[in-house]
Amino acid sequence: MAHSHTADTTRRDFLYIATGAATAVGAASVAWPLIDQMNPSANVLALASIEVDISAVQPGQMIRVMWRGRPTFIRRLTPQEITDTNAVPVADLIDPTARNGNLPENAEATAANRLTAPGAHGEGAAPAEWLIVVGVCTHLGCIPTGNQGDYGGWLCACHGSQYDAAGRVRVGPAPENLAVPPFAFLSDTRVRIG
Amino acid sequence: MSGPSTYVPKSGFARWMDTRLPIMRLAHDTVITFPTPRNLNIWYTFGGILAFCLGVQIITGIVLAMHYTPHTAMAFDSVEHIMRDVNYGWLIRYVHANGASMFFLAVYIHMFRGLYYGSYKDPREMIWILGVILYVLMMATAFLGYTLPWGQMSFWAATVITNLFSAIPFVGEAIVNLLWGGFSVDNPTLQRFFSLHYLLPFVIAGVVILHIWALHVPGNNNPLGIDVKGPQDTLPFHPYYTVKDLFYLSLFLILFAAFVFYAPNYLGHSINYIEADPLVTPPHIVPEWYFLPFYAILRSIPDKLMGVVALFGSMLTLFFVPWLDTGKVRSARFRPTYRIFFWLFVFDCFVLGYAGSQPVDGVLFNTPISLLLVARIATLYFFLHFWVIMPLVGLFETPKPLPDSIAKPVLQAAE
Amino acid sequence: MLKLPMRNALLAFGIAALGALSAPASAAEHGAAVESRDWSFNGPFGTYDRAELQRGYQVYKEVCSACHSLNRIAFRNLSDAGGPGFTELEVRALAASYQIPAEPNERGETTDAEGRPLMREALPSDYFPSRFPNDNAARASNNGALPPDLSLITKARDGGSDYIYALLTGYGHEVPAGVTVNPGQYYNPYFLGGLLAMPQPLFANQVTYADGTEASIEQMAHDVTAFLTWTAEPKMEERKSLGFAVILFLIAFSGLCFLSYRKLWHGEH
Repeated sequence: MAHSHTADTTRRDFLYIATGAATAVGAASVAWPLIDQMNPSANVLALASIEVDISAVQPGQMIRVMWRGRPTFIRRLTPQEITDTNAVPVADLIDPTARNGNLPENAEATAANRLTAPGAHGEGAAPAEWLIVVGVCTHLGCIPTGNQGDYGGWLCACHGSQYDAAGRVRVGPAPENLAVPPFAFLSDTRVRIG
Repeated sequence: MSGPSTYVPKSGFARWMDTRLPIMRLAHDTVITFPTPRNLNIWYTFGGILAFCLGVQIITGIVLAMHYTPHTAMAFDSVEHIMRDVNYGWLIRYVHANGASMFFLAVYIHMFRGLYYGSYKDPREMIWILGVILYVLMMATAFLGYTLPWGQMSFWAATVITNLFSAIPFVGEAIVNLLWGGFSVDNPTLQRFFSLHYLLPFVIAGVVILHIWALHVPGNNNPLGIDVKGPQDTLPFHPYYTVKDLFYLSLFLILFAAFVFYAPNYLGHSINYIEADPLVTPPHIVPEWYFLPFYAILRSIPDKLMGVVALFGSMLTLFFVPWLDTGKVRSARFRPTYRIFFWLFVFDCFVLGYAGSQPVDGVLFNTPISLLLVARIATLYFFLHFWVIMPLVGLFETPKPLPDSIAKPVLQAAE
Repeated sequence: MLKLPMRNALLAFGIAALGALSAPASAAEHGAAVESRDWSFNGPFGTYDRAELQRGYQVYKEVCSACHSLNRIAFRNLSDAGGPGFTELEVRALAASYQIPAEPNERGETTDAEGRPLMREALPSDYFPSRFPNDNAARASNNGALPPDLSLITKARDGGSDYIYALLTGYGHEVPAGVTVNPGQYYNPYFLGGLLAMPQPLFANQVTYADGTEASIEQMAHDVTAFLTWTAEPKMEERKSLGFAVILFLIAFSGLCFLSYRKLWHGEH
């Protein structure tokens, strides 16, 4: 085995390194399908959006629908609730960002950035009275109870977090406002979530 | 182990570990410095290939179990869900299904290699016996796994194989009902088969450790069948045999990949893509190819109990091989008579496999010879080979002279 | 020294074994021998022909679906990569042309005032609805025979796509002497036993292809067989292209391993 030629030794080392590297590349490529199989499968992804009929929801009422296996709250606010939520300065909020999947990430948590109206915006349009949020507490994933707490919104019984009527966290330990999922009004009475 | 350990811990932590859990020493002695005869040929690479196959089956199996549902109403659907919706599910399932065939291909080569070079002889009897246990466990695991997709072949294979036990006098019926958890193959059967199919591979892995342990006491046999005389006869396992095994594993993987990607259903049966129907038995049930010789043995005996006895007897016979072979020389290279009978036996296994693959009323290649008759002769020869020919050949054969050492002919050839 | 005979013998046995393995798919299993056809998806580089799959889908929808379900295919699959290549918009419109049983409404009802089941338009995520509510209803409408689900049919029959094509085009042969065709039975030499409960399904110009292809029986049989090959093996194109990369890698890897092996063992054997 005693090879005195340096060139030969170099070539041999290169060969061994190349073989080792190819083994590593092969093993890593095999790992990917084994990991990716745990990601949501095609039939789960296909159910990632739902359509909801909201024609029966009156101001002050709320419905719960299942979206991606989690409850999603669709709440129609009363004029009083809209006025109250608009009156809260953003500076007073625990989480000053809107957490609205339809807006840029840095949007402020104003009531206007949390509530939506079907159809056109501007003069003569329907008031922005709809709140659509994922009903999962941003602390550790429990489901907050509606019409409870001191802010006209939700109370999470697990660890005492409180949310206002616009789904914004007002009492910790929850760090973030309830998330607004991506959605679109298909008509005045139909909304697609996801 | 052959010889004292040469492991030298290189770091403070390694020294600390070595006096508490010498796992690095064990790994070093078994896969790095282990002295291995320098003349092992291609047929000796299948042990490593088999370890690889076991790993592939366990990993892909764990992944498939994440998506599979062991319930008669959902099993077939969940397999199709894997094939259609799960990311790379089709790949993982095809690897697992064809992996079973590749596993058996490798194990058969490994076993015939052992028979050819006399690897079961003193002092390696325990390696062989553990190997036969592994083979039986593999067959059980493969059968249980084949039931899980709950296709027509799955269902009827489960029915037929479990009914083998009904041949046992007096208690047969009770045993079958116990296996089924009912009065036919049904949901309780499927659920226990799934549970056991998940368990057995880990039992196999445990016996593999014993198999390798038993191998590392006397060390490898080799194509010359003579004992290692000293360090000049051996090479360290790493890098010599790690690299050699890797090369042949890579070639084996090309064959494996060809099946998975270009003929994934070639070794399967089309009717297993029909969901299990307890009301209809398919016209021609055949086991997977690796069971065909045993299937032929079962069918060749016209009596229920004796057929089952012959089937299990053919497997049990393998346990006695170390004592049935009376020859003192290990390798068939130096046993001219045994070598002829070895190849006749290989041929006999292929004849049994062919007979098993054909319908029970088939004939031999357009001749008027009944395949049933062929299968009966082949079955008889199977037992004759082990119980009559092997002992007699060992007694009467004159072996050729053996070389003095492994190193001598090897080094002479290299010069 | 004995390497060569051993290797040759193994090779010979290997070939014999492969022959034995492929033997079960012979005439003993079903009816008349099936002719191999030149499908676009044959061979290691074969792919599906999009236009053919779309025409085949039309044949399934307008002819086969009168009796046969396609339970494992969702409308969304029609726009999957490696499939018929409909766009997502087309799939949405295509799904909406089907009515499927609706979920219970707000009052928990599943039927309307007249007792008819509530229906809704299908979404891309829904699966092809069955023509019959259950297997018994399907049997009752088909002289007691259950029309099999077609999702896996080309993989579930020996002979695969060739067999399905032969069966679809195999009607109209003269009934051989000794075969009695009872009412509700039809003669087709490619079917096991020659008698089946399915009447001739395809007739010339039964469908009108949007691309102007002439709708002969052979054309429709070819198209719908290709479509059903896709429904049985929807990942075939992905499988073959990934396989090509894997085998190329393994060949290169084997080459590297061989060079390393030879270098390492130089002078050792």
